[in-house]
Amino acid sequence: MLRDFLEMGGYATYVWSSYAVVLVVLAGMLIASLNALRARDSELKALEERVGGRRQRRNQGRVEEMANDA
Amino acid sequence: MNWFHWFANPARFMRLAARLQPWIMVLGLATGAAGLYYGLFDSPPDYQQGETVRIMYVHVPSAWMAMFVYTMMAVAAASFLIWKHPLADVAAQAAAPIGAGFTLMALVTGSLWGQPMWGTWWVWDARLTSVLILFFLYLGYIALVNAFDDPERGSKAGAILLLVGAVNIPIIKFSVDWWNTLHQPASVARMDGPAIDPSMLLPLMLMAAAFKLYFLYLLIVRMRGELTARRIRLLRLSDAA
Repeated sequence: MLRDFLEMGGYATYVWSSYAVVLVVLAGMLIASLNALRARDSELKALEERVGGRRQRRNQGRVEEMANDA
Repeated sequence: MNWFHWFANPARFMRLAARLQPWIMVLGLATGAAGLYYGLFDSPPDYQQGETVRIMYVHVPSAWMAMFVYTMMAVAAASFLIWKHPLADVAAQAAAPIGAGFTLMALVTGSLWGQPMWGTWWVWDARLTSVLILFFLYLGYIALVNAFDDPERGSKAGAILLLVGAVNIPIIKFSVDWWNTLHQPASVARMDGPAIDPSMLLPLMLMAAAFKLYFLYLLIVRMRGELTARRIRLLRLSDAA
């Protein structure tokens, strides 16, 4: 029964290769896209922290300058 | 046209997309599981093609998606060029590798079906050649949009390529009617209704639905990635200035 199913009427190579190719391409696209999304999200987070931190320091410097001027 | 402008706000669109994502996944897995069950276990072998007919349940949905994704990208390219729709270009660029993947799947599974049924892996007839051209259009578009230092110029050049290449889509669709070919003619999207037994139409439609939902899911993931990449680019520019 199972053996008949796996043999696919003698066309096992063609049928199962087709399903395997589809599975590999579909899974590969999903994994690559999710990895890229994750990498970019963490890159954006790091960048925002750096830029934000610098801006904060810059603003703090300005406040101090103004205090000195006054 | 209101919904069109409503979607022009990327943040709003992505919020909606993120809410839809789990539903798309559940529906896609359900239709995919049902499609595989009917396609592999609960449908008869073809009276001429035997068990190789089961290749149809992955080959035909792949080929439909290859054409659907390109058509969607061409529509996006037009909205980008005419209305400067900000998400259209993001969608086209996010969809391109998925379309290339579906086209590759259609070509390879078609070859694996052609060898036992036609006695050859490949023929240079109109259907196979026009689908191969579609594959190169996808690759050419991906290469072109990334070939410019100014991403805006890359997007425009890519959009024009997409519109010019759209002529290939009706050629693929009607190639089996216009020219002699080994490929069988349309048996589902016909003027006089599907010429395929319901027991085979059911798994085919289920797999087609699953492939479309899979595409939607992947498109949302890739659009989110593309939008993040653009924010990174903007932040870098403003940081350097």
